Amino acid sequence: MTSPSFASKSTTMGEAGLMSVFAVSAYVFFFAGAMGHDSAFTFHALLASAASLTATGVILNRYYERPAQLPPAQINGRPNYNLGPIKFASVLAMFWGIAGFSIGLLIASQLAWPALNFDLPWASFGRLRPLHTSAVIFAFGGNVLIATSFYVVQKTCRTRLAGDLAPWFVVVGYNFFILIAGTGYLFGVTQSKEYAEPEWYADLWLTIVWITYLIVFVATLLKRKEPHIFVANWFYLAFIVTIAVLHLGNNPALPVSVFGSKSYIAWGGVQDAMFQWWYGHNAVGFFLTAGFLAIMYYFIPKRAERPVYSYRLSIIHFWALIFLYIWAGPHHLHYTALPDWTQTLGMTFSIMLWMPSWGGMINGMMTLSGAWDKLRTDPVLRMLVVSVAFYGMATFEGPAMAIKVVNSLSHYTDWTVGHVHSGALGWVGFVSFGALYCLIPWLWNRQLYSLKLVNWHFWIATIGIVLYISAMWVSGILQGLMWRAYTSLGFLEYSFIESVEAMHPFYIIRAAGGALFLIGALIMAGNLWMTVNAQEADQIQDARALQVAE
Amino acid sequence: MSFWNRHKIFEKNSIILIAGILAVIAIGGLVEITPLFYLKSTIEAVDGVRPYTPLELAGRNIYLREGCYVCHSQMIRPLRDEVERYGHYSLAAESMYDHPFQWGSKRTGPDLARVGGKYSDEWHVTHLTNPRAIVPQSVMPGYPSLANTEVDLTDMVAHLRTNRAIGVPYSEDQIKNAVADMKTQLDPDSANVESFQKRYPKAAVRNFDGRAGNPTELDALVAYLQMLGTLIDFKLYDEKANLR
Repeated sequence: MTSPSFASKSTTMGEAGLMSVFAVSAYVFFFAGAMGHDSAFTFHALLASAASLTATGVILNRYYERPAQLPPAQINGRPNYNLGPIKFASVLAMFWGIAGFSIGLLIASQLAWPALNFDLPWASFGRLRPLHTSAVIFAFGGNVLIATSFYVVQKTCRTRLAGDLAPWFVVVGYNFFILIAGTGYLFGVTQSKEYAEPEWYADLWLTIVWITYLIVFVATLLKRKEPHIFVANWFYLAFIVTIAVLHLGNNPALPVSVFGSKSYIAWGGVQDAMFQWWYGHNAVGFFLTAGFLAIMYYFIPKRAERPVYSYRLSIIHFWALIFLYIWAGPHHLHYTALPDWTQTLGMTFSIMLWMPSWGGMINGMMTLSGAWDKLRTDPVLRMLVVSVAFYGMATFEGPAMAIKVVNSLSHYTDWTVGHVHSGALGWVGFVSFGALYCLIPWLWNRQLYSLKLVNWHFWIATIGIVLYISAMWVSGILQGLMWRAYTSLGFLEYSFIESVEAMHPFYIIRAAGGALFLIGALIMAGNLWMTVNAQEADQIQDARALQVAE
Repeated sequence: MSFWNRHKIFEKNSIILIAGILAVIAIGGLVEITPLFYLKSTIEAVDGVRPYTPLELAGRNIYLREGCYVCHSQMIRPLRDEVERYGHYSLAAESMYDHPFQWGSKRTGPDLARVGGKYSDEWHVTHLTNPRAIVPQSVMPGYPSLANTEVDLTDMVAHLRTNRAIGVPYSEDQIKNAVADMKTQLDPDSANVESFQKRYPKAAVRNFDGRAGNPTELDALVAYLQMLGTLIDFKLYDEKANLR
């Protein structure tokens, strides 16, 4: 027995509680499945039943396998960090990333070659597009955020993650939400609100998971061994808190039946539009910006081995960014039936938002002062820094597009799609890749397999992004100009379908750019796979050597 | 104590930090969203807007299910070219019963806010089944299965009731007749047409997919598309009436 004490083993409150809840829910969901009004609901209820049953079994099994004492908070006076859930989330981030990029490539190709819809309901663009956006934003981005936040909060608080099963509940529960949402889209289960497509039961489940996430994060902050909360944690906290508020504000819905997937959203018409883009723009602001800025504030200083450029700039950056972002939603509704005063407010705050965005960019960039030479030798750091450059570009383009006259041209066109992707591929994608290239070797205590492959990934993906966004700039502006073109006699010059036809070459270029980005991610996955596995052989050899010595 | 030192209270106390975050993010949303619920100028008063007929509602749910909103907007902006291409700019009242709204944010295909009556039923039937049969350059997916799938009539009453619970003014009469109204709207020879049209003024009654038998998803979707933007008579609409 290696157990340090002779305390008899008993289940913890968490183990007993979760096991009973899951055991009950396995039954409840089984019967809900039997009562289901539509096949999608039945499928999801049975999935939930099977998942609950599995969860009960896994927790029970863990109880039998584990020593009597739970892992200690400290070993030899050093914090005993909880890395298991982080490993789980970072592996799934890579998996969902590749899945999301692949679906993106497929739907980009569908726009170039519509035969690829195969006239099948589940394979059509309208159902796959939410699958793509959810897979890249919530599945890939979400797992990166959960993984890095759990890592950063432990390291910067010098304490073990709060909770025993709770962190696992968060990572597994979140990915189960992704599974329910994603399979739902293929069935046509959707609220039809952009970036908030999951139906009511998926939303309820996400609420439970997200509140647990908040509790784990805050409980870890509360037991920190450092007097100050590190700046990255402010951003993570703002991200978690605000996403909870946005999710609850945008999604209240009344199901037609508690045994059916269809619901009607409580808000209607113009109010629903405002709620939706208050949510939608701040999904960008807090999920895709604040969360990933937290990554910037931890991983860039760490990788460059330099302190954050300016502490005071961080403070201004933080409060100004979260205050101003919330106002920017109405720029998605310029010239619509939303009242003018709201549009004007949205435009004004969007332009002001440029300042904190660039303040943050400068803070991230200038962290390299004294270490610029590392950009030549360290492609991971280069990826992180280029992501910040893309952030600067996207946050300059955004305010410009939020100006009403510019928006009158850009809105409804591919320009918006290009803008989103310069932020999504360049900023969110690259900062995530950079963070994973740091995190995976740290978590498994290995050396990164190949920096050369990182370099290949960097260049292939960068060329992909450039192809993507320049194709969308040209097609978007061309579309906008064709729609408003008049002949000398005062007639509209082009029919709508002529503008569709003109897009064809750009849609092919865009798909090619997306393919390059996907190839880069596949190289990355291979590199990380080798990182985790290649050195295992050495360790086995070490273990053998030890055995011989015995 | 300098300003920067005062900030320490947020850095040393996670609960105060959360309170600070909540206070800061609440302001923008409260200022922009709450007035939309009580300012009368938000939704102008117009004649003609009514809740969807059961068939139109079923069609709208198919529109939502297939994600049509990712490529088609339903919001005509008051810009010269849009008004000339699509018709009168959209009014807030026209989507007041839409849960959720479908204004959209991308026009891979044209705006549909006033597509109703622009094309024949037959055009829609062919176009939805195989878009490139009628518009060779189109990149729209085909939806051949709509014609073979019957609309689920069983919970139509529940759909209307749910809508009423969230504020759509369906009357008890409309709810009670939901299933019957669905069939009536497809059958111009039905004895109930008159009472149906009293419940839903201006609702078109005809066999939308041109085929006999129970209501199909194609019937419902075409019925929905054909009513879009047709409820307000813009010959009578006075845009100055709502100026304040």
